Amino acid sequence: MNHLHFDESLIFKNLQAQSTEDALKQVATALFQQGLVKESYINAVIEREKQYATGLPTEGIAVAIPHTDCIHVNQKAIAIAVLDKPIEFGIMGELDSTTPVSIIFMLAMDQEHAQLSLLQNLMAIFQDRVFLEFLVNEPDKQLIKEKIRLNLLKGGEGK
Amino acid sequence: MKKKKNVLVACGAGIATSTVVNSALEELAKQHNIAVNLIQIKIAEVNAYVETADLLVSTTIVHKEYPFPVINAKAFLTGIGLDEVKQHIVDELKK
Repeated sequence: MNHLHFDESLIFKNLQAQSTEDALKQVATALFQQGLVKESYINAVIEREKQYATGLPTEGIAVAIPHTDCIHVNQKAIAIAVLDKPIEFGIMGELDSTTPVSIIFMLAMDQEHAQLSLLQNLMAIFQDRVFLEFLVNEPDKQLIKEKIRLNLLKGGEGK
Repeated sequence: MKKKKNVLVACGAGIATSTVVNSALEELAKQHNIAVNLIQIKIAEVNAYVETADLLVSTTIVHKEYPFPVINAKAFLTGIGLDEVKQHIVDELKK
């Protein structure tokens, strides 16, 4: 199992973005600058979001999980951006409806149909209202990193 | 014995959300003792299975009409309305 790349440099707090596309571009560019994804990932993730929206309303704070095909990815990684102000994302599986997203979890996945426990742990986070509020309110990236690692990597994957 | 149902599990990329839903359906079928054949695909690949599929469970928009029922699986990701969606799927699988 390939190593999941995730550290403070992939956590963004108070991200200011003009639009959904702008937010995606900023986060994807950070992944590219660290060599985790190919340059093509940036446009691919923006286009994928237009075609198949990934906004998810939860019991509390709405999130989005933009991602795209493995061919654009060099190394499995996740970037987390807490937006300065919520931005409207299309809702996954719905036509023409949007949700004000406060946290973007951008996934760079290098294998199809793999990383099950990682993804299950991520969905568990979306169902944890208190944890989502912690991500929005906690200024200390180190602490966020530790808590995310603890939550995402349980079940043995990624390490 | 009834024929094993072919269930398509789809999302946009065929990478992330369908992986989670696929595993949840495996578990659900096991709980209810139903034998199913789960096929994880990208939504764009549904056409290849029009003749053989019995059910499509998708996290993404399904634009077309298909000869089999379509169930939105977003609840497996957010937990909202999950019991109803599970019941709906079990009902379809038992038909």
